[in-house]
Amino acid sequence: MSGSVTPEAAAAAAQLGAIPEGLSVPPGAGPSLQPTIFELSRPGRGGGKVAHPPADALDRIPASALRAAPPGLPELDEPTVARHYVNLSRLNYSIDTGFYPLGSCTMKYNPKVDEWAARLRGFASLHPFAPDETAQGTLQLLWELEEALAAISGMAAVTLQPAAGAQGELTGILMVRAYHRARGDADRTEVLVPDTAHGTNPATASMAGFTTVSIPSAPDGGVDLEAFRAALGPRTAAIMITNPSTYGLFERRVVELLEMTHAAGALAYMDGANLNAIMGHFRPGDAGFDVMHFNVHKTFSTPHGGGGPGAGPVGVGVSLTPFLPSPRILREPDGTFRLERPGERPASIGRMRSFVGNVGVLVRAYAYILAHGGPGLTRVSEDAVLAANYLRRRVGESFEIPFDRTCMHEFIASAAALKRETGIRTLDVAKRLIDHGFHPPTIYFPLTIEEGMLIEPTETESVETLDAFADALAAIAREAREAPHLVTAAPTTAPVRRLDEAAAARQPNLRWRPAAGSVTPCPE
Amino acid sequence: MAYGPHTPDDRERMLAALGIASVDDLFTDVPEPVRARGIDLPDGLTEQELVVHLQRLAHRNQVDHVDFTGGGVYRHHIPPVVDQILLRSEFYTAYTPYQPEVSQGTLQSIYEFESLVGELMGMDVVSASHYDGAAATAEAALMACRATRRERVLVSAAVHPHYRETLATYFHAGDLRLDEIPLVVDGPAAGTTDLVVLERLLADPDAPVAGVVVANPSFVGLLEPMAEAARLAHSSGALLVAVVEPVSLSVLAPPGEYGADIAAGEGQPLGMPPQYGGPYLGLLASTEALVRQIPGRLVGMTTDVDGRRAFVMTLRAREQDIRREKAASNICTNQALCALAASVHLAAIGPHGLRDMAAMGAARAAELEAALAVAGAPRMHPGPYLNEFAVRVRDPRGVHRALLARGVVAGIVLADAAPDRPELADGLLVCATEVTTSADIAAFAGAMAAVLGAPAAAAEGVAR
Repeated sequence: MSGSVTPEAAAAAAQLGAIPEGLSVPPGAGPSLQPTIFELSRPGRGGGKVAHPPADALDRIPASALRAAPPGLPELDEPTVARHYVNLSRLNYSIDTGFYPLGSCTMKYNPKVDEWAARLRGFASLHPFAPDETAQGTLQLLWELEEALAAISGMAAVTLQPAAGAQGELTGILMVRAYHRARGDADRTEVLVPDTAHGTNPATASMAGFTTVSIPSAPDGGVDLEAFRAALGPRTAAIMITNPSTYGLFERRVVELLEMTHAAGALAYMDGANLNAIMGHFRPGDAGFDVMHFNVHKTFSTPHGGGGPGAGPVGVGVSLTPFLPSPRILREPDGTFRLERPGERPASIGRMRSFVGNVGVLVRAYAYILAHGGPGLTRVSEDAVLAANYLRRRVGESFEIPFDRTCMHEFIASAAALKRETGIRTLDVAKRLIDHGFHPPTIYFPLTIEEGMLIEPTETESVETLDAFADALAAIAREAREAPHLVTAAPTTAPVRRLDEAAAARQPNLRWRPAAGSVTPCPE
Repeated sequence: MAYGPHTPDDRERMLAALGIASVDDLFTDVPEPVRARGIDLPDGLTEQELVVHLQRLAHRNQVDHVDFTGGGVYRHHIPPVVDQILLRSEFYTAYTPYQPEVSQGTLQSIYEFESLVGELMGMDVVSASHYDGAAATAEAALMACRATRRERVLVSAAVHPHYRETLATYFHAGDLRLDEIPLVVDGPAAGTTDLVVLERLLADPDAPVAGVVVANPSFVGLLEPMAEAARLAHSSGALLVAVVEPVSLSVLAPPGEYGADIAAGEGQPLGMPPQYGGPYLGLLASTEALVRQIPGRLVGMTTDVDGRRAFVMTLRAREQDIRREKAASNICTNQALCALAASVHLAAIGPHGLRDMAAMGAARAAELEAALAVAGAPRMHPGPYLNEFAVRVRDPRGVHRALLARGVVAGIVLADAAPDRPELADGLLVCATEVTTSADIAAFAGAMAAVLGAPAAAAEGVAR
């Protein structure tokens, strides 16, 4: 971020009601804090977007069903709306403004042609209840996307319905449950999850009615095979493995793990969050994984949108195909496409959500996959891994690397030694990176690493950017020794400094309360 | 085409720094027996080829019909300022605001979203956000179970069939019990939730009820007795989950007014195009008393160390990355950019514009009802509705197909969309909004009359 808050602007934003009447934005150049949209409201502003209805439009609705008082929504002219949100946007760090090495999140560049494609009228205006014959373009796109994801992963079939990775996990684990129950094997109540897993894995297992058994890691960062063997048994329904792991390491004992899992009658789930490392080099389906999810907002570069929307397609092997959620997209012998009808496939686990999925997101993923093709996607993973290893080597000049061997698309650095020497924590390093112009990496995750930073550069960052980031980390390590106040006070160049998160949780203020009578009554 | 910056020289430089000759040396951890060699997909396209291909696919969809389809997804006027703001890449290329100092734009916009939806719904706490209306309804029902420590939920048969199916999936997962509340068969309340049966279902002492899920308007557009449902639910210690449509809340009583404990709904009508199913916006809100049970992100107001007002994700101990298997939900990625769309839409259209949207839809729908009745397709239900209703025709599939050939999408064939409700088998579900014109209605009624063999001229006369 560049530019700091002017004292005047800060004061204006800090004091409610300090904005002069009629002025939408406090004075001052550069990104500054903004009043809330409620504070900008002035009675009588706005209008003209849609026609007024006849006065008697609601007369046929019983009075008891109508709203007693109009909602206290702000009244705003369009220039104020545009300026408000553009100015808010300037308070954000984003991929398009700088390097965003957030481990486990794959913050790669989001191609603009994908944004353009999703907005094509033929895709955007299509109603989800449209008759199949009017939806052939989208149905073909979705069917081909399923085929492409199957080719990338080696899975037998794919559903595009889950709205996000976590919903993909739930979809997959519910299919595992349906598989065991269909075989009369109802006593399998446990899911084994390594201690390095994303929190979504154990949370998903709970939602699906399973008990989570946590498996420790071995010193080399992989799953501890002996602990795994001890936990595995007739009660095990599935293992959930993130591969490469959240340490950024490929699971070298994956063949043994899969053999042991299947020998115990359990199924193997692969969390595909880190697929960006392995395309063209490892196909989970070929290796024997029974089910996996894709995060299209990671690997296939659909934008993260400040927290979503994404999409979490799920691939399955042959044994789980009957249980896929409904509706599936079917291709008829004459080459046309249609949606499966309700009840057409009784073994299905059912619906995970309305309609067929986050189609607008899937259009972007499809465009991304077509732009790259098979060789291009393989190159994506190779460049991501090469960049991560190069950066690992460079960051290793100033910080500890707990697993200092070849990593995949991301790696862990630790400020534990720096903390022992100077008292400066990973949190401080992360905040100081903001002052050096970078978004911090993921910190304190996985939970098992002391003062950890999970760093994922992705394939879309140049060598110069990687070097600049490594140089910034080295400079911060020096500052920690020579001028620690710079690090502990950071950030000082962002729109705000460190926040009082405890106060926010102690007395939650979760919404604005407009003053009574601040909204003008509806004109007759 | 590729988007990466690396030239052959760049790659050589990085390989040299690592002391290796080939990038293959970085994949030696992949055991040889499971090592893949490339992906069996064709070569990539140039951007020019990609653009042509995508245009051709988009063109294969037919989106130029006169269209009366609703069923939970509605066409509305979307002010262009909404998409212009969504195209600010500072919003759409940012991640979840874990680092609040460099995410105040996203955080404040979420706080404003919580506030705007809170006003609309009359609820205290708004989660930001869930996948869609169906998933939000499922989360609402699970929330009712956690809050009451009971394991049975009653859902009205008049709730959207996709929502009921999603509820069933989630409840089956949690080994929870889901029972359906049947509908009134005839009389003035035909098609609405049967309160007499609801009272009876609530009275079973061996199976206490956590929550009662009722949609207003219902899937077929009817207004439901929400206040009575709330009273009955509360009298047996259950919570009321109201499934609502946000544009309608500018004129209809909001959940907070009739005592709902939890409100869920589909936010798509607030600035999102239909796009064949998503991304949409799952709305989920609750009373203050349930704040620690609500799943999903919450943003609160606080200050920084200099006392400046700022915003931050809060009450995080409900979430999966902190609580893992004890979390309120596994939700992580949500629909944040869609929440932004809803906020900008509400800000741009304003309270009066939103009311105009809802009331104009009601006016057009009344016009449509009259025209279709003359054309030979009368309403199925007698009770009040806002902007969507079912009409009765013989052979609805055949009628729908014949109308499509005449350029009209006659809404939804209820036998296909809700096959578990045989009483709707000869129905078409149609809706109108502020974008429906009198000419559209005349075209629909005229085509309907022609297809049904009724006097077309009379139908068109009414529509005009």
